[in-house]
Amino acid sequence: MDFMVFQYPMITVQACLDGILLGVLFALIAYGMALQWGVMNIINIAQGDLVILGGYIAYFMYLYGIHPAWGVIVAPVIMFFVGVGIYKLVINKVVDRDLFISILATFGISILFMQLMNFAFGADVVLANSGYGTTFLFDSNVVLPNSKIFSAVVSIVFAICLVIYMKKSKLGRAIRATAQNARAAKILGVDTEKVYAATFGINAALCGVAGALISITFTIHPYMGLPYTIRSFMIVIVAGLGNLPGVALSGMGLGVFEEFADYILGTEFRIGSVFLLLVIILVYRRFKLSRKREYLK
Amino acid sequence: MNKIILSFISAIALLLSSSVTSFAKVVGDKIVLGAAISLTGKYSSNGVHTQNGYNMAVDRINSMGGVKVGGKTYKFEIIYYDDESNPKRAAQLAERLISQDKVEFMLGPYSSGLTKAIAPVTEKYGVPMVEANGASRSLFTKGYKYLFAVLAPANLYLDVAIRTAVELNGGKGVRIAQAFEQDAFSQDVRLGILDAAKETGSEIIIDDKLPKELNDMAATLVKVKQMKPDVLVVSGHTKGALTAIRQIAEMKVDVPMLAMTHCDAAKLSKQHGKNSQYALCASQWHKTLTYKDNFFKDGMTYAADFQKEFGYDPPYQSAESSAALLVFKDAFERANSFDQKKVRDALAATNMQTFYGNIKFAPGGQNVDKPMVLFQVMCDGAGKCENKVVAPLKWASAKLIHPIPKWSDR
Repeated sequence: MDFMVFQYPMITVQACLDGILLGVLFALIAYGMALQWGVMNIINIAQGDLVILGGYIAYFMYLYGIHPAWGVIVAPVIMFFVGVGIYKLVINKVVDRDLFISILATFGISILFMQLMNFAFGADVVLANSGYGTTFLFDSNVVLPNSKIFSAVVSIVFAICLVIYMKKSKLGRAIRATAQNARAAKILGVDTEKVYAATFGINAALCGVAGALISITFTIHPYMGLPYTIRSFMIVIVAGLGNLPGVALSGMGLGVFEEFADYILGTEFRIGSVFLLLVIILVYRRFKLSRKREYLK
Repeated sequence: MNKIILSFISAIALLLSSSVTSFAKVVGDKIVLGAAISLTGKYSSNGVHTQNGYNMAVDRINSMGGVKVGGKTYKFEIIYYDDESNPKRAAQLAERLISQDKVEFMLGPYSSGLTKAIAPVTEKYGVPMVEANGASRSLFTKGYKYLFAVLAPANLYLDVAIRTAVELNGGKGVRIAQAFEQDAFSQDVRLGILDAAKETGSEIIIDDKLPKELNDMAATLVKVKQMKPDVLVVSGHTKGALTAIRQIAEMKVDVPMLAMTHCDAAKLSKQHGKNSQYALCASQWHKTLTYKDNFFKDGMTYAADFQKEFGYDPPYQSAESSAALLVFKDAFERANSFDQKKVRDALAATNMQTFYGNIKFAPGGQNVDKPMVLFQVMCDGAGKCENKVVAPLKWASAKLIHPIPKWSDR
């Protein structure tokens, strides 16, 4: 236990800002998960692996001399088609089955993706250098890498665009209709098959954006996907489906929580504390749920 | 009809005979060694470096006359299996190599974890294993009789850095901040630092542990900024080195000395260029060291030959793997026999110099005759960076730059 974070107020500020910037990025991934969970009732275990794949796209652009920031435009385009491809190959066969089958299927996809990425790109840890500088705040007591700020801004922009798209466009309306009641939507002439494919594609595209941002801000590695899946799962659990402000808020909350856990418990418990929080929340929800049932009796 | 039966029988006979002969340990003029290597999975890049090192040495020894035992000349051959970077799989494969393929001599896998998984198996069957990529101290405290490591144990990796820092501080203790991944290897490096700190009267002011999914160590670095230690030590394989350099540069963390492991494998200077400048890296080997042998001549020649064959500069993982074969050859010739016990005893009595360094085994199996080297990443004005050996002084090709200039002055 180390309470240095509270002894120096500047460290507290630093931790909060770091956490919020990170949380916005998590929220973007989580929003993709919430979207396809809500529409298709599928929990995508391969979410994190899609993120990493997006990261590799930005990394390869960087290798070929293109600034990796363009990855946030290119990666989602490529990833959209990857997403649609996965849907057509696997997901459409499990979309009507129960949750367990889909978890198994996406778990399989996750393993496959990890191995393929390892095979194709090697097991080296890589990163893309953006060359963005650093912002100093409060008499340079708080330092924020511009790449983190960039990634938060891009995440927010994409989230806003998506919300507007979902509200205004025809496909967006069809997606929302399908989420509310797939059967009714089908009867009213919505091509749900197409909606599902598009939803999975949009989710993959969001993962692509996030991946590109992660390769600029942190590092990527074929086996690094799972923590991102867990985090987004957790954010969705807390926020609920189809609740974007909730997703954004719980994303930032998770980011700040992680940073503080990092300072207080040590970096080694960072991911561990996320898992612990997940367990606590699930137990709490279950507890609440059973109380409700009793009340209904 | 008869013909068909005859050919069928002869085919089976052929199959049986070939399977019997090709799987025996010494076949005709071949000495067959077994190795489980991580060709896929998270260690695959270093696994390939290991395999390239082995192959290079096998080709070299075979083309230069092979191994002479009992007046006859033998050639090396290696059976490889892919352990998928998975310790359980590695142990199974060791079992398979020994009991099915009848291999009587083994080469080590990549990483301490996998070596730890294999060692009990080779020990059980009394199969001598020369390994080149498992440095964890715990490998050498279990009393293994058939395990020999050509490399220096992990606890010595960054020992030199602390001692150098103390020396530069006029013999007074220094304040150390450290962050280590929680795996066998990095924790051993940590123990080495604790020992060195105790002996030199240094104080450890930050002692962080890093997770294996590490990609953000900002918290540690913020603490470093506040506490201003004299030395920052980081060990967390490739990702640790890359993450540390990225975030130190981004957060402009000023620290007089930065010492790390795995910079070679991380290709630090390639991925980070000038940001990695002044970082000190522990290495088992560097091509500019002037050790010599008859097969590879010296480090520079080895590096040039390796470059020609595989198209990249050899990391130390390849060099030490090549050295393992030289040790085996030497031991076979001294034992003048293929008896496992005799070869084991000959290995234990090894005392030789290879291009990779001097090799002499302690009773625990670790190599005690080869110090670690430290190199510093140095860049010229055009941003081209190179690793130069700065310690120990005997091998130094450049002078250590200390303290590291502040970010504001760079």
